[in-house]
Amino acid sequence: MSRVVMVVGVARYLGARLAELLSADPEVERVVGVDVVEPAESIGSAEFVRADIRTSDIGRAIRRTAPDTVVHMNILATRADAGGRAPQKEINVIGTMQLLAACQRSESVRKVVVKSSTAVYGAGPNAPALFSEDMVPGVSVRGGYEKDAGEVEAYVRGFSRRRPDVDVTILRFANVLGPTIRTALSEYFVLPVVPVALGRDPRFQLVHERDCLDALRLATVAERPGIFNVAGDGFLVLSQALRRAGRPALPLPTLGTPLVGGMLRRTGVADMDAAMVRFLTHGRGVDTGRMRARLGFEPAYSTLATFDAFAAARAQGGLLDRDRVRTVEQTVRGVLTGEAGHGR
Amino acid sequence: MADDPQLTGAVDRVATSIGRVLRDRLGVDAGQLDKLVDFVGRRLTGDFEVDAFGFDEELTETVLLPVLRPLYRHWFRVDVRGIENIPDAGSALVAANHSGTVPLDSLMTQLAVHDEHPRHRHLRTLGATLVFQLPVVSDLARKGGSTLACNEDVEALLAAGELVGVWPEGFKGVGKPFSERYKLQRFGRGGFVSAALRTGTPIVPCSIVGAEEIYPMIGNADYLARLLGLPYFPVTPTFPWLGPLGLVPLPSKWIIEFGEPIRTDEYPPGAADDPMVVFELTDQVRDTIQRTLTELRELRGPAFG
Repeated sequence: MSRVVMVVGVARYLGARLAELLSADPEVERVVGVDVVEPAESIGSAEFVRADIRTSDIGRAIRRTAPDTVVHMNILATRADAGGRAPQKEINVIGTMQLLAACQRSESVRKVVVKSSTAVYGAGPNAPALFSEDMVPGVSVRGGYEKDAGEVEAYVRGFSRRRPDVDVTILRFANVLGPTIRTALSEYFVLPVVPVALGRDPRFQLVHERDCLDALRLATVAERPGIFNVAGDGFLVLSQALRRAGRPALPLPTLGTPLVGGMLRRTGVADMDAAMVRFLTHGRGVDTGRMRARLGFEPAYSTLATFDAFAAARAQGGLLDRDRVRTVEQTVRGVLTGEAGHGR
Repeated sequence: MADDPQLTGAVDRVATSIGRVLRDRLGVDAGQLDKLVDFVGRRLTGDFEVDAFGFDEELTETVLLPVLRPLYRHWFRVDVRGIENIPDAGSALVAANHSGTVPLDSLMTQLAVHDEHPRHRHLRTLGATLVFQLPVVSDLARKGGSTLACNEDVEALLAAGELVGVWPEGFKGVGKPFSERYKLQRFGRGGFVSAALRTGTPIVPCSIVGAEEIYPMIGNADYLARLLGLPYFPVTPTFPWLGPLGLVPLPSKWIIEFGEPIRTDEYPPGAADDPMVVFELTDQVRDTIQRTLTELRELRGPAFG
């Protein structure tokens, strides 16, 4: 079976990495990378095709290159990446509609892989501790990126009904973090003092950037149709993550008011939309049983290992650096147990 | 600072003498102190674990339960009966009556199971949405092992072999007026029974006497409750009249009895979706608790004796 893979959204970090990874894969004959701007990073031996997925450009690109597999990586989680909320929604929703319309008309496309997010489940006080793939998504979704992700998936389901001959795989990733990738969450964790919601300590899961790419590669080269949550083992709570990054927390009565959120955004401190505020207030957990059983994917990094890999590369020398805290601990221990003062 | 030998020496001397005073005068055990410093150190560096529901076992055992223990032992003088009905391993669903205006009964039951059971098992309690809406409360609830009372969470906990505590009366039970004490309210729609049937988990009926008297609710400031988004706003003989002092619960004598487990694994598949079976079992649990409550009240005698 010929393998021509089109990766949509190669100008951004994960898209470029995936195109590079697939172009080195012996099972893949040819990789076509699509984006509206030229990728700044290497995409390996993949060929670049310039097309705007918000327009019918994408249809022409698909007709010309005749891919059998299309990987949709162009759903933007942060408005800063798109230059505002309106363009973000335009790219996410209209872009997906155009891309799926093109796939629907195409004779060559046999498989569609969508990089979605566990944000489709929303976050809130009435959310179950663990979401599984079959739960009605969006019980507590109100707007922003969460809503985009939900709408994107709704269009993908519609496409799947109209083209039952095309295998569709949706990967719902927990927040992706790692030494290199820049996301709203990674930039949040490197703030010198991190604003948190008072009296809340949300728990969350992470996916290492390498695991994210491996899962996408697996979904691209193997036949694994369906919807899968993808997250590393175990959980972190926010306070724990901040201590591991050596960041002091600044508890605010609420992160969500226009005053607080607007101030953080205008001063360039943190770009937090409503979805992120809900995530940082209530946290989220997903069940990854199906990822192991049916996708056959085992993440190499746990949530904790992912965070530590990120912290080691990006969050060194915080105010409450762990080594400094340990020195103080040693001193206190020395004092209390009667050994000479400075425990060094 | 550390580079100045004179200053370092002085700091050392002061520190060692503080340490000596702590050890000698206050009689604090060095081993215990060492453990405490270790615990605080791990907390400050983020070296701990929470499970998928946010349960922080170490924090619960080191901080949360010890804070509640004086209330349990010396204030309410909780007497626990039938702890052998809680299995040593594997899942069980403990269903209990709810009362007390402020749901201290769930915390005391959690402590009863942990302290009296030979395996020191943790009771994973289920809370209402309101619990997870409130700051601080939601945080402590999750870390203490609570999760939202919804089918998904109950079944996930039971499937993992946990001991789950449920108060099926909900707010109808906690917020009922004092005049209706020890009268069980409706047990919801029996969702906890369906969950037990679906996972084949035994149900342990649990009867709690004593919680009804801790904050006798003589009135309900309905308007204030609606304003604050609460299910009720209690007026007791001491609250809100005495201000913060009104928050001190009355020292009633408590008895918690765990009854014989009711098996659910002998029903045919699909029983969980049969309303007849569910309501029958729900009534059986409810009747057992109501009957036991009457016996226990007689056994206890006066509430403040």
